[in-house]
Order: sequence, then C-alpha cells, then structure tokens
Amino acid sequence: MWKQRSPGQSSFNDYNTFPLPQTQRVQPSYAHGPTFHTQQPLVTGTSVLGIKFDKGVMIAADNLASYGSLARFRDIQRLHPLGQHTLIGVAGDMSDYQWLQKELDALLREEDALALTDSHPSLSPKNIYQLLSNLFYARRSKMNPVWNAVLVGGWDKVKAESFLAYVDLLGTTYTAPTLATGFGAHLAQPLLREAYEAKAGIDGTGPLLTQEEAEKVLEDCMKVLFYRDARSINKFQIATITAEGSTISDSKSADTYWAFAEGLRGYGAQTQ
Amino acid sequence: MLSPSPSLSLLLSNLNEFRNSYDSDNTTFSPQGKLFQVEYALEAVKQGSAAIGVRSATHAVLLTLKRSTGELATYQKKLIRIDDHVGVAIAGLTSDARVLSNFMRQQAMRDRMTFGRAIPVGRIVQSIADRAQTNTQEYGRRPYGVGFLVIGQDETGPHLYEFSPAGTAFEYYAHSIGARSQSAKTYLEQNFESFESASLAELINHGLSALNDTLQQDKSLSVANTSVAIIGPADPAIEDIQHSAAARRGYFRVWENEGVDGLLRAWRRSRGEPEDGPQEEAAPDTAAAAGETTEGQQPSAEQAQTAEGSENAPPGAPAGGEDIDMEQH
Repeated sequence: MWKQRSPGQSSFNDYNTFPLPQTQRVQPSYAHGPTFHTQQPLVTGTSVLGIKFDKGVMIAADNLASYGSLARFRDIQRLHPLGQHTLIGVAGDMSDYQWLQKELDALLREEDALALTDSHPSLSPKNIYQLLSNLFYARRSKMNPVWNAVLVGGWDKVKAESFLAYVDLLGTTYTAPTLATGFGAHLAQPLLREAYEAKAGIDGTGPLLTQEEAEKVLEDCMKVLFYRDARSINKFQIATITAEGSTISDSKSADTYWAFAEGLRGYGAQTQ
Repeated sequence: MLSPSPSLSLLLSNLNEFRNSYDSDNTTFSPQGKLFQVEYALEAVKQGSAAIGVRSATHAVLLTLKRSTGELATYQKKLIRIDDHVGVAIAGLTSDARVLSNFMRQQAMRDRMTFGRAIPVGRIVQSIADRAQTNTQEYGRRPYGVGFLVIGQDETGPHLYEFSPAGTAFEYYAHSIGARSQSAKTYLEQNFESFESASLAELINHGLSALNDTLQQDKSLSVANTSVAIIGPADPAIEDIQHSAAARRGYFRVWENEGVDGLLRAWRRSRGEPEDGPQEEAAPDTAAAAGETTEGQQPSAEQAQTAEGSENAPPGAPAGGEDIDMEQH
C-alpha cells in the first residue's frame, strides 16, 4: 500500500498537480490568535471639570493627549457637542473617545433624519446619559471597557433646567452640581464645591454662580491642575451650555507664576 | 372515462371564475398593477369588527365593538396596551395582531431601557409598517391580516395613527377601520372639525356615536360589546379614577364591562335617550336562549379565522382589562 499524505498537510500531491483542489474552510474566530480587549489606555486625556451656574452648565478640559508621560498631542479638543443642548467632556483613552464620537454622531444623525418625518425633539441630555451609562456598563461586563470617564452637560428643554452627570469605564454613574474626573476629582472638585457652596449653600438652595464667576473658578481650577498634574498643559477650552445652546471657547491659558522655581533646590539641572 | 362529465366540467369552470392567476404569489403584480395578496389582506381587516379612533388637542381615544365566538366564549379583546403612552385597537386576524403588538412592546421597552424615554409614537408605528411592507415584497411571505388604530402621546402631543397590512402608517384626526366602518367614517367626516377643541367627554360621545353607526339594525352599544381606551388627563366626572392609577396619571387605560357603563350613560344622556339604554338589552340572555338565529350566530369559516367572532353573541364573562402602569422616572 502506498502512503498518501493527508490533504491538510500539503498543497502538493505525488504527481505535482498544483494546486490541489481544496475545500474553503470557514476560519474559526480564534484563527488569528486570541482576541485582545483594551487592557490599558494608550493615548490619554486628563481631568475634565464641570459646574452648574445660574443659566446653565460649563465643562472644561485641556487640549493635551498624552502618550504615557509624553505630552504627545497638544491640540486635541476633548469637548464634543451632541446636538444643540448636550455636550460631553471626555478623559481617558483618546482612541476610545474618537470611537465614541463616531457612534454618538451616527446615532444623532439618525435621530435627526427621523425627526424630519415627525418633528419629535431629538435626544435630551438625560437620554444620551442613559445611553452612555448602559453602554459603559455593558462593555465593562464583557471585560472590554470603553476606557473613558465622561461628563455629560446639557440643558433639559422640557424641565427648563441644566443637566450635569458623570459616567466612567466601570459604568459608575453619579450627578452633582460640580463634577471632576481623574486628578481633577482630588485637586479641583474641592475648589469647585467651595465656590459653589459659598453662594448656593451646602443644600444648594441659594443663588448659583453667575456665568462670569463660574468661568473664573474653572480657570482657577485649570491653573491648579496645570501646576500639579504632570499630564496636563496650560491650554484649555471651556464649553458653556444654556437654554440658547452650547458654545465651546477658543483655547486659552491661565496666567502662571514660576519665579519661585528659581529658588528650588534638590532636583533638576543645577550648577550649585 | 375519456372526458369529464358535463356536470364536473361545469364545476371546474365555475371554480376558475374565482381563481386569479396573479394572487398565488404576493410579490407578482397583476397587469392592472395590483398585488392581490395585499388587497386580500385589506379585506381581512374589513372582516374584523369596527374600531374608531378620535383625537383632540389634549386626548386620543379608541372605541371598539367587541365580538364573541359563541355563547360560551368571552368577548374578544380589541384593545391592547403597548406602553404607558401607547395603545392599539385591532381589526382582523387576532393572532397577527399579537405578533405585531408584542413587537411594538419590545420597541417601546427598548427605548425605555437604552434612552430612558417613551418612544415617539410615529416611530413605533413606522416600525411595524416597515415590517408589514417587507411582507409585500419578499417571496414566500404573506402580508399581515390585521389593521391597527394606534393612539399615543409623546413630546409633540396626542396622536392617532392607522397601520394597514399594505405597510402604510398615516396620521389622522379621526378614523375608523373594520366591518361597516364606512358608516362611522361618514359621521366622523361630518363632525371632525369640532374634535380639536373638544373636551374628553365630548370626544368620547362623538366616538360612541360613530361606533353606534357601525351596528347592525337591531343591535345597540352595551357594556358587553363596547370598550373604550383613553390617553390624556382623566376626567373624574366620567372616569373612575379611584380604581385606575393609569387614569390618574393620564396613561393609556381601557374601560370595558362595568367600567364603560358610565361612559355609555353619559353618551345616551347627551343624545336625549333613556339612560339605561334600549330595553331588550336588559335581558340578552333570554333572547339568546330563545334561539335567536341571525346570520352571525353561527360563526362562518371566515369569521372563525378572524378569531374575533360574532357581534351577536350574548355577554360572556368579563374580559380582564389591563390597567398596569410603569413608574415614570
């Protein structure tokens, strides 16, 4: 008896008729190796801050996308409008953020197309926030998180009030009149609360900050973050959402003071 | 036997009169540009008992005539709650209605889950219209044999839509579908201009008058055969808000059996009729026991298939009305 090679082992037979006819097999999902999920963020954005004021809500984020500790991309906008009255500020993985932008823009475009037929108002800030919290929790439950922390700011037209809420890669959700992600939650949130409660009181029943006051406290907080957060730069934008709609400021910087650095000793390049 | 007997060939030629070479496949147009299967499906809707829909600036109301398949059967429910803010009245094949209304419930729940909002009414109707249209264009399928009147309210106010098995979804100020619905349409066309500013009570009275016009000569509206569904703020003068949380919240609620009695009385008062209704209605059981043999008494094969039965059957056990509501967040 003569031994024939099994067809799976070779594309050639003993008579060199080439190629051997082969059945096209369906490639199994593991054919290209194991499936990898996002296990760490790569290009990241740092803190996002949010505060309610008397006529709406403001969200601030700097323009940096870091590659590890390298300040890699210095002109990235991390504030993204979703329709007229909603805006998100995003920290964490910037590629996941870009995916999120694409998905949400597609959804809103679809809603706008449907609204052409029935004139129904588009998704409210609350609707979008509900969607995001479902999405983030579902993805973390698949061990494949969307690696971001997001502030959703908006104006609820039905209730005629501002909206501000937080959702992150674990699906954690909460809402407060002042919010901050990442380092900002440690460095800026106390300052935001202090300014907010100084007027509104601890129970929030008093008057809210004016637009100018809110902008001032956000700029102060961005300065503190620039001083103390090594993943930040002194170039940031502030978005304002009111009943009239949302606007995003041009990039700006805070006045900083570095004269004290001259006297610092103990690390860095020094001649004496 | 070399040739068919004359009587048999006569029978065959008679059969061919009813046969249509363009109706065995719903995807093939006839030379006249018709899709016969779709037209037959529209006929199935006309076999079902009547359903009326009316709408004002604040309310939307459905009114239906229920049938029962026989003396021992309950009256078939014609009104289905989809969500707090949407409900439908059906005419045609009940089993097809169940498939479509389950799909509508899924759509409504999906919007509640993902967006935390009540689905816009026009979109939920369009979603079933799209499904029905697919059935008119794909080989090997059949159209749905049921038509809906859909009422609902959303951020743009109350709405009334008609869904038909042809795959269309149109919005109306007032509309009627089902058996003898043309009579109701005549009434609605004469009166619809006053509907926009009508109160809930006036709107229901108009709807009941239209529904009354679809009845056979010797029949009348009764607590057994009439059911009414309302969306919009409750009117405590005519609705029993004590027993309906949905009514208190202005959600979709169905009034039938004892629940519809107050509405019927108010309607008869408004027409200057005796409030208790025609006297023969007082003893329908004796009439049935006496062996009343009108044409609907024995359900025909067609009626059995519509599964809505006959309007002539006596009142059966009360069909359980749904009065569930979801918490609005």
